[in-house]
Amino acid sequence: MTDATTLPAAAMPPRSARRRILMRRLWRHRSFRVGAGIVAVIVLMAVAAPLLSGGQPNAMSLRNRFAPPSADFIFGADNFGRDIFTRVLYGARISLWIGFASAMLAAAGGALVGMASAWFRKLDGIIMRIMDALLAFPAILLAIGINAALGPQVSSVIIALASAYVPRMARIVRAAALVVRELDYVDAARVSGAGAGRIIFRHILPNVMAPLLVSVTFVFAYAILAEAALSFLGIGPPPPHPSWGNIIAEGRDYSVEAWWIMLFPGLAISLAALGMNLLGDGLRDVLDPRLKIEA
Amino acid sequence: MLKLIAFRIAQAIPVMLVVAVLTFLLMHLLPGDPATIIAGDQADQASIDQIRRDLGLDRPVPVQLWHWIVNLAQGDFGRSLMLNQAVADAVKERLPVTLSLAMLAFAITLPFGIAFGVIAAVWRDTWVDSAVMILALVGVSVPNFWIAILSVILFSVTLGWLPSAGYVPLHDSFSGWLASLIQPAVVLALFQIGYLARMTRSAMLDVLDQDYIRTARAKGVAVNTIIVKHAFRNTLMQVVTVAGYILSLLIGGSVVIEQIFALPGIGRLLVQAIMARDYPVVQGTMLLLGFAFVFINILIDLIYAYVDPRVRYD
Amino acid sequence: MLQIENLSVDFRVDSGWISSVTDVSFTLGPRASLGIVGESGSGKSVTALSVLRLHAARNTRMRGRIMFDGQDLLTLPERRMREIRGRDIAMIFQDPMHSLNPVLTIGDQIGETLRIHQKLDAAAAQKAAIGLLDMVRIPDAARRVTDYPHQLSGGMRQRVMIAMAIACRPRLLIADEPTTALDVTVQAQILDLLRDLREEIGMSVILISHDLGLVAEFAERVLVMYAGELVEEAPSLTMFARPAHPYSEGLLKAIPSADEDVGRLYAIPGRIPDPGRRPPGCNFAPRCPLVQPACTAAPPPLATMEPGHLIRCPVRLAAMETTG
Repeated sequence: MTDATTLPAAAMPPRSARRRILMRRLWRHRSFRVGAGIVAVIVLMAVAAPLLSGGQPNAMSLRNRFAPPSADFIFGADNFGRDIFTRVLYGARISLWIGFASAMLAAAGGALVGMASAWFRKLDGIIMRIMDALLAFPAILLAIGINAALGPQVSSVIIALASAYVPRMARIVRAAALVVRELDYVDAARVSGAGAGRIIFRHILPNVMAPLLVSVTFVFAYAILAEAALSFLGIGPPPPHPSWGNIIAEGRDYSVEAWWIMLFPGLAISLAALGMNLLGDGLRDVLDPRLKIEA
Repeated sequence: MLKLIAFRIAQAIPVMLVVAVLTFLLMHLLPGDPATIIAGDQADQASIDQIRRDLGLDRPVPVQLWHWIVNLAQGDFGRSLMLNQAVADAVKERLPVTLSLAMLAFAITLPFGIAFGVIAAVWRDTWVDSAVMILALVGVSVPNFWIAILSVILFSVTLGWLPSAGYVPLHDSFSGWLASLIQPAVVLALFQIGYLARMTRSAMLDVLDQDYIRTARAKGVAVNTIIVKHAFRNTLMQVVTVAGYILSLLIGGSVVIEQIFALPGIGRLLVQAIMARDYPVVQGTMLLLGFAFVFINILIDLIYAYVDPRVRYD
Repeated sequence: MLQIENLSVDFRVDSGWISSVTDVSFTLGPRASLGIVGESGSGKSVTALSVLRLHAARNTRMRGRIMFDGQDLLTLPERRMREIRGRDIAMIFQDPMHSLNPVLTIGDQIGETLRIHQKLDAAAAQKAAIGLLDMVRIPDAARRVTDYPHQLSGGMRQRVMIAMAIACRPRLLIADEPTTALDVTVQAQILDLLRDLREEIGMSVILISHDLGLVAEFAERVLVMYAGELVEEAPSLTMFARPAHPYSEGLLKAIPSADEDVGRLYAIPGRIPDPGRRPPGCNFAPRCPLVQPACTAAPPPLATMEPGHLIRCPVRLAAMETTG
């Protein structure tokens, strides 16, 4: 339990002051700072991709096939003579978008399912059985299965990854919501006739935000890795989408002669996942130290 | 203990039923008609209808679901479209490969993950802790298929120490079996070692702060004994839970790794089936894997009960 | 036997070091009993843990001397210190629910002390554990010895803790709030047991509690601590009959008596200052009914009021001297 859930609301400093204190503690946390820095740089590079590279991610140039890293092609070029640096930059847009969208979608779904399960006790049994069944599958396998049914598109990758992480999010939210549910002021709100929707959104949701936020960062990291794996297996965003996993998959056949094709997108994935993990570690230490997250 | 086993198995039945229904629904309620997908883009309506009739897709969904469950109960997981083989047989053929890979990776993960976690906790806030935790963090951040490719370049292509692909059955040659699996298993274990080390460390830190550790110190117990007998024994409960989860993740992860090392396991079967739109195989393997995971969970609960006297005696 | 000289303990926090215990000195002879009283945060447990050096070494700084049998425990190598823990000096703790290891049988935990210090084998240690369980009056000891802590009640667990502590017949037993977590009736039983065992084994006991009444009843001499400092030391009878420090008076008034309504229990107003936020003058000044301007200027010294009775309150000291 965090202090925020055990202290009565009246004893806490005002919300803005509390937020300031939290921000200061976060900023003092070294892994949060490093993680936030890495993520910020990657996001900026993805946004500024056209400024950083004059070329197009899918522009081919047969003359430059397999050009090794040089001043012109700092990450080298692939079998179609496409500039790897440009592809990795634009790939960041796809990979980050898929990671972000699936983490947010998973959080929204998990929050809804988890809170419904905590609030409507009659539904709890059946919802949690379904979640247990889904949780039996490792996320990557669930994503593969769902994606196989939906077909290879960016949107189905997002839906597949989000669905894979909904049960994990739901469990975390449900646990947090069950604690909040028993608090006096929630009881008071219920007695005074507030409806379920109002109580859930005004009282419970703010209190499950901390674990939810921490989970979102970790799921973001896992989703980047999972998206890359799906792309690599050939069931991710279809080529020529330059998602990081796709670039590696395409470079795989030339991994010995033209190692640069797969090296740089792999580094990009690792760095992005590392940044999100560091960010998540910091958030967890500050917001919810006892939270355990499953991959 | 027997009662607990019976209870856990009884509890698992509804979960398995839900797994079965979900796998069925996955293939039937999502957009896209399996028959059209199977028939391919160029197929005419007649052949699509034929496929639909063959697979029983023309019947109402609840009826199909009922048949699916009844067949499952009789051990019939369906028939592959591409292999001309029963799904159960196809899976049975490939199961040893995936199990070998997952178990070997598991055997590598446990000692390293636990040792790193315990070491980091005991030397908390020192450079040892930082070094181990940075390694663990890198382990959970690097995509394993990418490391696999790099590893093949180094150990198979450049150094020529290990085969880059293929599988040697255990009963043919132990050394061959080990050589064919050691590289994929280590790659597969990297993420899990990092994950287990992080979990073990935080569990150890929790336990080392407990009052009973202070009691042991007040008795004059040596530091090493405190760490192993008093502290680690208590983290074992959490480690067992994480370990079971890791076993599931390893099986899931082998889907990807089997592709790179051309290992004829379940993961490769699943991906081939997805590519060939062999949906009974997709459905059947997902289901069998789901059952396997439910089974692993039961096993974990039982080990947990054995490790924790509070559960064992209640 | 035990002689603590100018003990100070600092803990590391985010912003540096803060002082938890400041300049505490006292002595304790063989077969003696001493009580240490104070609210939580007064530094009484920190002092007790220092004797066995049980603080986390990397976050703690200790100064002064803790002389035990002529050697300074603070400078002893860890290996030698370990030989003293459990053999010569033993300790029991406040919360018997969490002080026993949940995955080890109580026989194992009691026997461990003997296996370490007397090199007994497993069977002999088990047998000795049964004897010790008998000694702390746990019925059916032979069967109970294989129980796990969760199978016992709180009072039983504290008895197990005591059995563990007395296994090697130590010369000093430190009991840190041994009854706080227990029911009132169980409290009395545990204190009776400690009293009897002290006679039987011939050990000295330091009893730490926030309850002045309980301590004064048990011990020959009482120390009162406030905000990391000793504020009064006196024989129990004196402390009970005429406490001199205004804080001790407050503690005495706070003891619930049998005929009084629990709802109207006296409590000293205000709360103990956090370490690091202690006032410049007397630590108790902000809560003190006798506060004078001089009290907030400089920290008052510990002074002898009469032989064996020390207080840290110049105001009260002056008043005593004038009234004679």
